[in-house]
Amino acid sequence: MNFNYVILIPLIPLAVFLLLGIFYKKIKPAVSGYIGVFGLLTSTVLSYYTAFQYFFVQEKVDGVYQTFVSKTTWMNFTDTLAIDMGILIDPISVMMLIVVSTISLMVHIYSRGYMKGDEGYTKFFAFLGLFSFSMFGLVLATNLFQIYIFWELVGVSSFLLIGYYYTKPSAVAASKKAFIVTRFADLGFLIGILIVGYYTGTYDFETLNNPEGNAILSWASTSFMGLSVLTWALILIFIGGAGKSAMFPLHIWLPDAMEGPTPVSALIHAATMVVAGVYLVARLFPMYYFVEDGFALNVVAYVGGFSSLFAAIIAVTQNDIKRVLAFSTMSQLGYMMMALGVSGYDGHEGVGYMASMFHLFTHAMFKALLFLGAGSVIHAVHSNYLKDMGGLRKYMPITNITFLIAALAISGVPPFAGFWSKDEILVAAFEHNKLLYFVGLFVAGLTAFYMFRIYFGIFWGKDTQYKHAPHESPIAMTFPLMFLGALSVVVGLIPFSEFVTADKAGFVAHLNYPLAAIAVGVGVVGIILSYIFYKKENDLAEKFSKAFGVFYKWTFNKFYFDEIYLFVTRKIIFNRISAPIAYFDKKYVDGFMEGMGNKTVVVSEKIKGIQSGKFQDYAFAFLAGFVILAMVFIYLWTK
Amino acid sequence: MNLSSFLIMRHEILLLAIALLLLVAEIFISKNKKGSIVHLAIFLFGIHTVIGFLPLGETSILFGGMFQTNNLIHFFKNVLNIGVFILLLQSADWIQEKIVEQEKGTEFFVLLFFSLLGMYFMISSGDFLMFYLGLELSTLPAAALAAYETSKRISSEAGIKLILSAALASGVSLFGISLLYATSGSIYFNEIIEVISLNNLTILGFILFFTGLSFKISLVPFHFWTADVYEGAPINVSSYLSVISKGAATFILMILLFTVFKSLMPVWENIVYVVALATMFIGNLFALRQQNMKRFLAFSSIAQAGFILLGLIAGDQLGTATVVYFVMIYIFSNLAAFGVVQAISLKTGKETMDDYNGLYRTNPNLSLIMMLALFSLAGIPPIAGFFGKIFLFTAAASKGYYLLVFLAVVNVTISLYYYLLVIRAMFIRQNENPIPYFKNKLYMRLGLLITVIGILVLGLYSPLYDYIYELSSVFN
Repeated sequence: MNFNYVILIPLIPLAVFLLLGIFYKKIKPAVSGYIGVFGLLTSTVLSYYTAFQYFFVQEKVDGVYQTFVSKTTWMNFTDTLAIDMGILIDPISVMMLIVVSTISLMVHIYSRGYMKGDEGYTKFFAFLGLFSFSMFGLVLATNLFQIYIFWELVGVSSFLLIGYYYTKPSAVAASKKAFIVTRFADLGFLIGILIVGYYTGTYDFETLNNPEGNAILSWASTSFMGLSVLTWALILIFIGGAGKSAMFPLHIWLPDAMEGPTPVSALIHAATMVVAGVYLVARLFPMYYFVEDGFALNVVAYVGGFSSLFAAIIAVTQNDIKRVLAFSTMSQLGYMMMALGVSGYDGHEGVGYMASMFHLFTHAMFKALLFLGAGSVIHAVHSNYLKDMGGLRKYMPITNITFLIAALAISGVPPFAGFWSKDEILVAAFEHNKLLYFVGLFVAGLTAFYMFRIYFGIFWGKDTQYKHAPHESPIAMTFPLMFLGALSVVVGLIPFSEFVTADKAGFVAHLNYPLAAIAVGVGVVGIILSYIFYKKENDLAEKFSKAFGVFYKWTFNKFYFDEIYLFVTRKIIFNRISAPIAYFDKKYVDGFMEGMGNKTVVVSEKIKGIQSGKFQDYAFAFLAGFVILAMVFIYLWTK
Repeated sequence: MNLSSFLIMRHEILLLAIALLLLVAEIFISKNKKGSIVHLAIFLFGIHTVIGFLPLGETSILFGGMFQTNNLIHFFKNVLNIGVFILLLQSADWIQEKIVEQEKGTEFFVLLFFSLLGMYFMISSGDFLMFYLGLELSTLPAAALAAYETSKRISSEAGIKLILSAALASGVSLFGISLLYATSGSIYFNEIIEVISLNNLTILGFILFFTGLSFKISLVPFHFWTADVYEGAPINVSSYLSVISKGAATFILMILLFTVFKSLMPVWENIVYVVALATMFIGNLFALRQQNMKRFLAFSSIAQAGFILLGLIAGDQLGTATVVYFVMIYIFSNLAAFGVVQAISLKTGKETMDDYNGLYRTNPNLSLIMMLALFSLAGIPPIAGFFGKIFLFTAAASKGYYLLVFLAVVNVTISLYYYLLVIRAMFIRQNENPIPYFKNKLYMRLGLLITVIGILVLGLYSPLYDYIYELSSVFN
């Protein structure tokens, strides 16, 4: 089977980016929107076609989905170590193609309504094109270095889009924060990549991931501080993934990233870029699983579990609806990481891996929907804060219903999408790690609670008096809502375990009824509590937060993590380390360089007189030059 | 003379024919249509350039060894042709507006073509007699061309300075050749190769010869004429001297160093080393303070010649290939820069750097071409000049000249500074009274367009370098 056409999937958005970027003054906004949507539509159709070909047309060999790789050598390091560029088609990359193209297309359509009349309309679509290109490139990467290149490109696109409202200081600060924090994490990623390349002699995913391959089998031959060097490398790579996927303690950029336009939050900070970290671990899953009996994988599991709990607690107290959704995203990403962490490899053992990918898939749909719904609300009331909302169900029926579907999905209520994937995650955790199972269960309850807290807060609750009566958003915005709403209902019914598994063989998953019942029960309890607290305006919530006192305050301030980081960077790194270095740099290094520059100019001035304009002088110099050369090379520098 | 010798010498014969044809044609062109000689000259030379590319040339020797050619020489003649063709396009307006009315249009082309013919013979020479004749034939018409604007004192001064310097240099050169003849008993290259040996008289002869040729490449300290002549001469003549003349002289110097003087390499590599350093530093230091764009480009071209010597010092196939490649890039880049200066000078008469302040606002296209040319000269990636320089440095480094390469990089830094001065003037500086917008005529636009394409293609299309590298095997 030939999958070479897949290369077009990233290249089309790139072409859109170049077209809109180069001619952005000449293209009318109305046209640029269509160009963006049309480009992405083509990529989407190709993605679905790829998925159809891959899963249904081509045959499994020995019961396993085959991996297709098409690549060229891009740069040779040594005779054996090269960086390739190419495309890799396997179940998870095909699954990611579907996710990225679907969400990106919906966001493109949605943005035509949401960004209407904005000054940088064309620029916005150009950036979206750049992001789509980078993200497609990332999921199709054949090796660690290629993924790293696109990894940084999505970072740049994210930076550009968070800072899209560049006249707003808070947006600029947020974009810088996101870039610096993730770049900092990527340092770990890069070191990890270099270690892997050095010790295994390859960057290729296929070679690295082969369970019988040299890379995995040789893990025990090197050690550093009591662990295999490869384990360290994998942990470092995970740090990179943790940065992008906002895992504790590198999560601080994600809530601030909500300064970007809401469609961007839906695309990048909910559905696609932030799952890159999860995707990276899944991409290297055999390495994580086999090297040192999964030590690095345990790290992934605990970091994921803790982040999930940590973020869910903070989400309960936030009042900015986009921040609630941001923390919710972080919490769900933690869930996915945790599922990967508790997964086995073969057959049903690998249920965690499958569940993680499944949850990635369903979460992308309903979280994007939540964000787009929130965007629709913000568009109507011009505020992000719960206090400015209430009773909107009367004004915005479509947004109301779709938001409710998404909230039910994320709360794990059957038959909505989230129920199926979340159930599998809990099954995986229950079978491998009871502690994480209970963490997961508790987070499920919290999730239902905080999600319905904002749902009731926005659409029910108090009857706010609006200056301008809010109205339903235009069709460009409600269409993606309805489409994603429909998806959030049905995607859970896909027999995912037959397509995407760690060993690529697929298995038939069964609902574990007792565990499912418990999970649904916890979710429903969360919803009911939320109903009591927030359905009607009352002071129960107020009283409760008072009762928790200090703990509430800590949570509300996100456990002061931003302040801790600021203290460390400003007070310690800037003042104690950077300032002396800067002084040295300015005084001595710059001084030396400037001195050189000034001396050059002085010399130039001094020798100007030699060029006198008189031919006699020139002839003299000519002959003198000859005489000196002859003297030196005949008498002094003899061979 | 049979057909095959005609094919071997078709560059020379055709060009001679064109020059003579133009002389005759002038008689038949009526007085009020004198301008049409320009179209005719450009048309004929265009055909000549195209014919040069026909794949008929082969390694061969004529006239009992006085004339030799091979694929690399052939290729280089084509490069010179392209350069001269661009130059003609860029000069067309100037000739039509200023020169034709003085009834000197035809002579300009004839002198230019004779000079080019001299270069053909020079780089195809198989003995020192042919070399010397070629050298003289290329220089004397150039001196006449430098003094072409007889109404301007400065132009006459340029002509005088060039002819005096050239006389001095060729005298010295000839003396060197006679010493070489004295020691080897022959003026034929292939005979000298076999008997030449390291002794003091030969070295003295070589140094005399080398200084003579250094004058044409304007290597320090034989460069003093350069700035004065470039400033005084008409811009296209300066352009010709700095690009075509220098390129051809570099090429023949390289051939002679790598073949005839191969056994003197222990000596000449040190001479080249010293001269390269002096040339880079002096060229750059003087360029720093120039206000007149022509003088500025003169010193910049001196410094560039210093960089070329880094390829010469490698003395092998890699050296040959890098030198030829760099000269090609240099031809396109410098022609682009001179072309912009010429276009502006022709329309406004302005030639100093301060006049260029704020040029981007009024003439964005010209500014962008100038920027591309200067970036290429400065060697900023990914423009052609960057690859040219990095290959030259690689060639020198491959022979272990790390200190030289380091000092060359220091010089690249200095040169970046003054190239950026021009770019700052055009893009950043404000000007209350900038050069107004103007539109160039077709020929000038075409001339600039070809240089831009050349710079871009040379930088981005790597098989070209591989091709040159393949051709360069002839001297090893």
